[in-house]
Amino acid sequence: MAKIIFKNLAHSYLPNPKVNKDYALQKINLELEDGAAYALLGPSGCGKTTLLNIISGLLIASEGKIYFDDKDVTFSDTVDRNIAQVFQFPVVYDTMSVRKNLAFPLRNRGENPKYIKKRVEAIAKSIGMEDILDKKASGLSADAKQKISLGRGMVREDVNAILLDEPLTVIDPHVKWKLRTQLKALHEEFSHTMIFVTHDQTEALTFADKVVVMNDGVVVQVGSPQELFEKPAHTFVGFFIGSPGMNIFRVDVTHDIVSIGDVKLKLKSSYKNLNGKIELGIRPEYIKLSKDSGDIELEITRIEDIGYHKIVRAKHQGMNINIIVPEDIKITQDFKYASFDTNHLFIYQDGWLVEPTGGKS
Amino acid sequence: MNKTVNQKAWFLVLPVFLLVAFSAVIPLMTVINYSVQDTFGHNVFTWVGLDWFYEIIHSGRMHESLARQALFTTIILLIEVPLGIFIALNMPKKGFWASFCLVVISLPMLIPGNVVGTIWQIFGRKDIGLLGHTLVNLGINYNYAEDIMSAWITIIVMDVWHWTSLVVLLCYAGLQSIPDAYYQAAKIDQASRWSIFRYIELPKMSGVLLIAILLRFMDSFMIYSGPFVLTGGGPGNSTTFLSIDLVNMALGQFDLGPASAYSLMYFLIVLLVSWVFFTFMTNMDKKGAV
Repeated sequence: MAKIIFKNLAHSYLPNPKVNKDYALQKINLELEDGAAYALLGPSGCGKTTLLNIISGLLIASEGKIYFDDKDVTFSDTVDRNIAQVFQFPVVYDTMSVRKNLAFPLRNRGENPKYIKKRVEAIAKSIGMEDILDKKASGLSADAKQKISLGRGMVREDVNAILLDEPLTVIDPHVKWKLRTQLKALHEEFSHTMIFVTHDQTEALTFADKVVVMNDGVVVQVGSPQELFEKPAHTFVGFFIGSPGMNIFRVDVTHDIVSIGDVKLKLKSSYKNLNGKIELGIRPEYIKLSKDSGDIELEITRIEDIGYHKIVRAKHQGMNINIIVPEDIKITQDFKYASFDTNHLFIYQDGWLVEPTGGKS
Repeated sequence: MNKTVNQKAWFLVLPVFLLVAFSAVIPLMTVINYSVQDTFGHNVFTWVGLDWFYEIIHSGRMHESLARQALFTTIILLIEVPLGIFIALNMPKKGFWASFCLVVISLPMLIPGNVVGTIWQIFGRKDIGLLGHTLVNLGINYNYAEDIMSAWITIIVMDVWHWTSLVVLLCYAGLQSIPDAYYQAAKIDQASRWSIFRYIELPKMSGVLLIAILLRFMDSFMIYSGPFVLTGGGPGNSTTFLSIDLVNMALGQFDLGPASAYSLMYFLIVLLVSWVFFTFMTNMDKKGAV
């Protein structure tokens, strides 16, 4: 068990990377606490798996250092790092029984047979496979196989971390939910540090204490699910998390006045020295529709009723606006105005969140 | 719904039926026909029943050929299978050298058997052959035309040279189909090189490996042109395998009756062993699926 620390860590698959674009993983400085459940969240190709393989030692980072506690493991191989990893597709040793599969990592380390037996049985119980321990692994279903992979990951008590690389991809939706709950329970039972890679926000948000959001090889935000929702540090986080994601508009800001097209709005606080691409972000949950007055005028194009709330798709001078309305409010075309909750309104410069310089005016 | 009876569709099968009859059924029936009759020429045949089969089953000549054949096939399987696996394991997995190795490895298989025989026939000669001359100059008593051991070793090396590629190619294809994650998982589980081979590579290869063994068995059991060109079955009868013996009997001595009985039994042996293999393979598959 250990804290995992990245110091100026970066990786490029090219021999001589020059610009940022050459890096699969751009410079990160990050500390992962011991025993916590993390999710690495981001779209395909954002560098999640690269980062994971750097942690497990399947890949050596081209720049920077990685520490387990204060031990530099940048160049250590997988064995020395004592890491467990579960892959996207179940990996089981076909010719072995479930029991032998689970015992394999322990046997390779030359553990005492009595201890192996005890440990394997404990793990089998946790993953609900104690009845089929002596069955051959090759005939089992995909989710049973993935459970074996998971069990093999957890069978060593002293692992520094368990890495899960989109482990639920091949699992049926209704079993997915069960397995995710089981994972969470296993985390609570054994309190290993777990790092869960996924591109599915629901998976990330339900599993993790802390979510590391990545995009294009950059870690854009690290925070609890609540923080990511309430205060996205980057427009990508705002857009990627939430369904639908944050509304993002191109705007101009002078002090505490923001202009969206020809509409001017007064902000709670003021901003100085903004340049570059300025955007305003507001979650659909914090926009209110009204029939007679509001901050901006809009035209409703579609209403989607998804059961527990409605998503209203609207347009304002060609810009799309999504609004979430509680289930019990009846929405018609007469709702022509919307007002923004300025407490949940953020200004972004070139994608990154800008903190206001002045207080309330 | 009423179905109208229409038998005309049979005519669609007729061309295939005729073709198969012409190319397979009638020749085979001719052989069967010869195997139960005797002739003294002038197209006069007499019925002899199973006499020829009885004679062949009890002939020392066939027993010896069969024993030589079994020994030869066993030896080349014991060499080609492990060697093929070993080469496949050590071949580059991707890039230029992977394609290069594949092409080089495939070349021997493109050469016809009698050409391979000719190549080795010249290669092994002690007067003008590079191999024969070198060995003799090194003081080794090598002469495939006179020494039984030399003849056998040459034929075995020749077959290994000619056909190991097949095992390599099939195993290589099997190995290529193993996802990287298996190797990564094995690394994380701290599996040794032997464990990786035993628990990942061999099980994933077993399907194609069995096909390779089956093909090599059938092919080597029917080997003719290589040994025929190299030694002609000699010295003495020491390299007279089943097909060489059969051809001698049928075309050399023109004993069509016994030769037909011989060839039918030869065919049945190959069929029987292949059937055992096939059953074994399908059972393995079933075990894997349950």
